[in-house]
Amino acid sequence: MAVERFPIEAGHIMCFARAIGDANPAYYGAMTGAADVPAPPTFVTASAQFDPDYPLRPQIGEPWFGSGREASGRPQPASTGGGGGGTGLHAEQHYTYHRPLRAGDVLHATTRPGERWEKQGRRGGTLVFSEIITEYHDASGELVVTARTVGVKTEKVPG
Amino acid sequence: MTLVREGDVKELVLTEEVTRTQLVQYSGASGDYNPLHSDERYATEVAGFPSVFAHGMLTMGMTGRVITDWFGPEAVLSYGARFVAQVWPGDRLVATATVTGVRDDGVAELSISTANQAGDVVLAATATVKTG
Repeated sequence: MAVERFPIEAGHIMCFARAIGDANPAYYGAMTGAADVPAPPTFVTASAQFDPDYPLRPQIGEPWFGSGREASGRPQPASTGGGGGGTGLHAEQHYTYHRPLRAGDVLHATTRPGERWEKQGRRGGTLVFSEIITEYHDASGELVVTARTVGVKTEKVPG
Repeated sequence: MTLVREGDVKELVLTEEVTRTQLVQYSGASGDYNPLHSDERYATEVAGFPSVFAHGMLTMGMTGRVITDWFGPEAVLSYGARFVAQVWPGDRLVATATVTGVRDDGVAELSISTANQAGDVVLAATATVKTG
């Protein structure tokens, strides 16, 4: 994921807060006119909106893997996010906040692979865990949030 | 600033009932439009699930309220979660946060778990917050 510009907008925070069922008035500054609108702790996940190539958003003019005339418009993309890839699942998500994130900040994100390890699955097969580290910097280059995504894939399933 | 001691506990009902519309709302707000979370036909016929189910990040987002209602959004220093089980439309979710320690610098460590109506844990999390 490469996100060159992720503007933190009060209206976006409001919609995100509604979606997570959070009525904290601090998040509704877009409606009340209050300044200093903080972002909810998991808000940076919405940087997906500003990733031009995000695979879990329909791309205009291209077939989509959700249903239309058929139950699926095309095969699922190779990577479905969450760092797992393929049939991978999002196993863990961790955030470190270096300072509070607020409406008005403009972030950019850089992503790199982290650790990779294996574990024996309970039903046989090997579980392969892999991390993706995303660092969100503000316009002045200050590190604001570090995100660590852990994905898990099953490999080498017996028989 | 909120002063707490080790062992302090807060419980919060996150939702009386997860709805499919909430999953659509979260897809729109977060940008994660994976049809597993919004497209019943795809989720059942193609992916083989009994219905659509919640984004893990939605459960993590909802659970964050037990931290931010207690300490405020700007007090949170870290928040991490493990997605333990799927959350389905119709589920009732309750989060429980426990203070597991308070450091000398006033940073409190929290252990958080979110469970469904059957008492099964769906998300296990930790967080650190500024308290003093």
